[in-house]
This record gives sequence, C-alpha cells and structure tokens, in this order.
Amino acid sequence: MNFDYILLIIVFSYLRKKLQSKILLPQIDKYLFMGFWLSIALLITQVIVDSRKGITAWIAHVLLFAVIYFCLTLKEFKSLKSFIYSMLPFVVVNFIEDFTELISSSFHKEWDNYFDTAIVFSIIWFFAMFFITRKQRKDMEREQLKAVELEKEFQQSEILKAKLEIQVAERTAEILGQKEELQKALDELKTTQNQLIQSEKMASLGELTAGIAHEIQNPLNFVNNFSEVSVELLDEMNEEIVKGDFEEVKNIASDIKKNLEKINYHGKRADSIVKGMLQHSRTGNTTKEATDINKLADEYLRLAYHGLRAKDKSFNADLVVDFDENLPKINVFTQEIGRVLLNLFTNAFYATHQMQKKSDEAYKPMVSVKTVLKENGIEITVRDNGIGIPEAIKDKVMQPFFTTKPTGEGTGLGLSLSYDIVVKGHGGTIAIDSKENDHTVFTILLPIE
Amino acid sequence: MKILVVDDEADVQPLFLQHFRKELRRHDFEFDFALSGEEALEYLKGKASEVVLILSDINMPGMSGIELLSKIRHDFNGPQPVVMMITAYGDDENYKQSMENGANDFLTKPLDFNVLKEKLKKIMDNG
Repeated sequence: MNFDYILLIIVFSYLRKKLQSKILLPQIDKYLFMGFWLSIALLITQVIVDSRKGITAWIAHVLLFAVIYFCLTLKEFKSLKSFIYSMLPFVVVNFIEDFTELISSSFHKEWDNYFDTAIVFSIIWFFAMFFITRKQRKDMEREQLKAVELEKEFQQSEILKAKLEIQVAERTAEILGQKEELQKALDELKTTQNQLIQSEKMASLGELTAGIAHEIQNPLNFVNNFSEVSVELLDEMNEEIVKGDFEEVKNIASDIKKNLEKINYHGKRADSIVKGMLQHSRTGNTTKEATDINKLADEYLRLAYHGLRAKDKSFNADLVVDFDENLPKINVFTQEIGRVLLNLFTNAFYATHQMQKKSDEAYKPMVSVKTVLKENGIEITVRDNGIGIPEAIKDKVMQPFFTTKPTGEGTGLGLSLSYDIVVKGHGGTIAIDSKENDHTVFTILLPIE
Repeated sequence: MKILVVDDEADVQPLFLQHFRKELRRHDFEFDFALSGEEALEYLKGKASEVVLILSDINMPGMSGIELLSKIRHDFNGPQPVVMMITAYGDDENYKQSMENGANDFLTKPLDFNVLKEKLKKIMDNG
C-alpha cells in the first residue's frame, strides 16, 4: 500500500498550509518541512525498492503516529483535530494489518480480505471526514467572514455615531450661542422699553409744561395783584387813621387780612402744581397713597386742556365735570393714575381738536369727566365728542407703539401704559366705547381695596 | 360808569373792588361781575344800555372772550360798549383776533391796575 506515503505527504503539506507555519510557527514548520521531504523520499524509495512490508512502511507508521500524537497534544494543532480524527482509522487499521502480518503471516493471509475492506472503509472514512470537516470549516469561515462583516458594520456605525455626537455637540453649542444672543437681545429690548417708558413720561411732561405754565401763572398773578393792592390799602388805611375814620380802617384791615389769606391760598395752589409736576417726572413711587380722585381728575383735565391750548391758542372746549361728592379717598399710585387721566384727557382734546378742524363753526368741542362711587369701586368716565375710534383699529389702540398720530407726535405708548397701570398695577378695568366722528368714552374702574 | 368784568376766576372781583376803592366810594365807577361769557350775555340782555365798558378774559371754559366779543359786536343793536380784552396769553394771535372782532383795547395778565385806571379815566372823561 503506497497510500501511507501519499497520506504523509498530504498531511505534512496540509498542516503547513493550514497552520501557515512558515510564517506563524517557524519552529514547527522546520519539522513539518523535514517530514514532508522525508515522506517524498519514502515514497520514491518504496517505488524503486518495492519491498512491500519493508522498513519504509514502519517509518511511515512511526511518522504518522508521531504526527497524530503531536497534533492531539500540542495546542498549536488544536484547530486541525478533526483532520487528524479523519485519518486516524486508516492509520490504526493500516498499522494493525502490518503488525499482524509481521507477527503471524498466516493469520494475516486468512483475514487479508477483511483488512483490505477495513482499509478501504478507513480511506472512505478519511475522505468523507475530510470533506465534511472541510465543508464545516468553510461554513465556519463564512460565519467568521459574516462576523467580520458585522464587526465592520458595527465599527462603521460607531464611527457614524461618533460623528453624530460631534455634530450634536456642535449644534448644541450653536443653539446655546443663539440662546445667549437672544437673551442679550431680550435684555436690550427690556432696557429700550424702560427708556421708551421714560421718554413717554417726558413726552407727556412736555405736553404738561404749557398747561402747568398757565396753571402756575394764574395763582402767581393773584399773589402779585393781592400783595400790590394790599400795599395800597395800607396807605389808604394810614390816611383813614389820620382822618379818624376808624370804621373805614377796620374795613380796610379786614380786606387786607382777606388778601393775605388769598395770597397764601394762591401760593399753595402754585406749590401743589409744581409738586405734581415733579411727581409726574419721577421714576415711580412705591407706595399707594390715599387719593382724592375728583381733585386729581380736575387738576389733570385743566393741565391737559391748557397743554393743547398752548399749541393752538384758538382752541376752546367745554370742560364738563360731574363729580360724585361722596367719593372716598382710595389708595392708588397717585402719579400713575394721574398719568392715566392726563393721557385720556390729552387724547380726548386731541380728538375734539381734530374733529373741529374738519367741522363747521357749529361744532363745539366737549370733554367731560364723571366719577361715580360703585359697589365694587370708583368709576371714572372720560367722554369726548371728537373724531372717535374707527372699528377697525379699536382692538389695537391698547397695543404698545400703536398710534394714529403723525410720526413724532405720539409714542404709541400712552394707552398701553394706561392699560398696564389700571389693570396690572391696580387690578382695575379699562373699557372703550366709541363711534367714529361722534364720540369716544373711556371707562375706568378702580377697585376700593 | 358801569363796568362789567368777565372772568372765570372769582378772585379778580375783590381785586377790582379794592383797587378802585376810592373811585367806588366817589361813585365814579360801578362794577359788576360775570364768571363766564354765557353769564355775561345773560347779564347784558337786561342792562345793555347801562354798561359802558366790558373787561373780558379770553381764556375761559365754554364761551371764550373772543366769542363773547364777537356776539356783542354782531348781536347788539344799541350803543356799543367799549370792550377791553384781557388774557394770560399775551400773544399775537389772540391780539389779532381781538382786534379783528372789534375790541377797543388789549390787556395782558397780570393786570397793571394803574395803567388800567388811567385808561378808564380817559374813557370816562371822553364819555
């Protein structure tokens, strides 16, 4: 049987190839290489010498067992165990056959057919096993390939994930930056709003100035006139004393006393107006004060009227006041409510002034203010017979910056501030009723706390 | 000589009475007062002929002094009274309107009573 040697050649070359021992296991490769050439040498010797059961066969047996031994014991060959198992039956059967032939030739002869059959079967077993393991290995390789592929995919997705994470981080940073910018813009807007509110106060102060000047001028005139006439009266009194008409002296003295009282009264009047003006320009008081709404309304009605008259001296309007005498003093931010009233009156006079411009002489501008004590608070009604508010813009008049006045004449903040003061600052209400070219009525309700 | 003073400020009344104390005692002048243009017209309905001179403020709630002047000049048939306008706004526009509507004179607040006294005396002497 020459299959021994061929098998050896196959085994050595297979082991070398499979283990890639030339590169990975040079130490073992050396022996495998030697084994390989030895096997070829054995085959050639066998062919030339043709000693059927000579020394070569026994060398082959030893080599095969040695290979099997090493393959089963050394861990480097672990992966090739199945291959070893596949050839094991042949090696064993072949060895037994040779061995029995050596011990008892007759026994061998008698059983030769069985040995041959066993060898054929073992060779079939070898090839069958070889192909099965080969197939298994290929499947495994395929599995491994798949696993590698999966691993690759996984790594790629990891890379993608990392990329995404970087992108997310970038976006987050971007959004945070935008948020900060928006915050900054919001802060700037708030500052601007405060400045605008301040400028609105200053604008209304400007409107007030003329009214205030007129209002102060009047009491000042009285102070001057009464003090002058009192000096004259004193001269006359002296004359009467000389004459001895003491009755007349008494009369004059009484007049002088009255005059001094009037001087004091008008001095105080001017004083309160100046104080009101100072209050108006102040940034805002923090406590509510008991306030006489009638007095406040009257004061600001006159101021608003003279404010407009300062711009157009030919303007004249009927000022109608209808004050509820039973009105209690209520706790409000006085100057804030004053600002609301001033704004409503200024608007009312403006509306009648506009109306007068487009009407004939029969039109009489009229602005009225009425106070009523209601169950749930004090109601202040400001009415004018001016141009009114068109239906289309009625919803907008309370909006900040909405104005119908030409650029530069109105800030558009008057009513919006009034709304804030009445509704947010005092928990009250403010309502509008208007008909175009007929009237406008603002009704404010301030709750009594 | 009867003088009607029209002013919405009631305190002008004692001023006139005190400044013209001597004249009043001598019955040179006689003062009457109205607190508005409307009141003045009502007063004049009965005593138009008696009133020689009207001193009127311009800036008053309701009917202004200019309107009062215009009504007197247009609606009154009898002898026209002398009308002097008084205003706190010593401006051209009011002066122009006063003169256009037939005012005889124009005074500004605060009133200089000595100047006014001279003017009244001149009118009285002429009348």
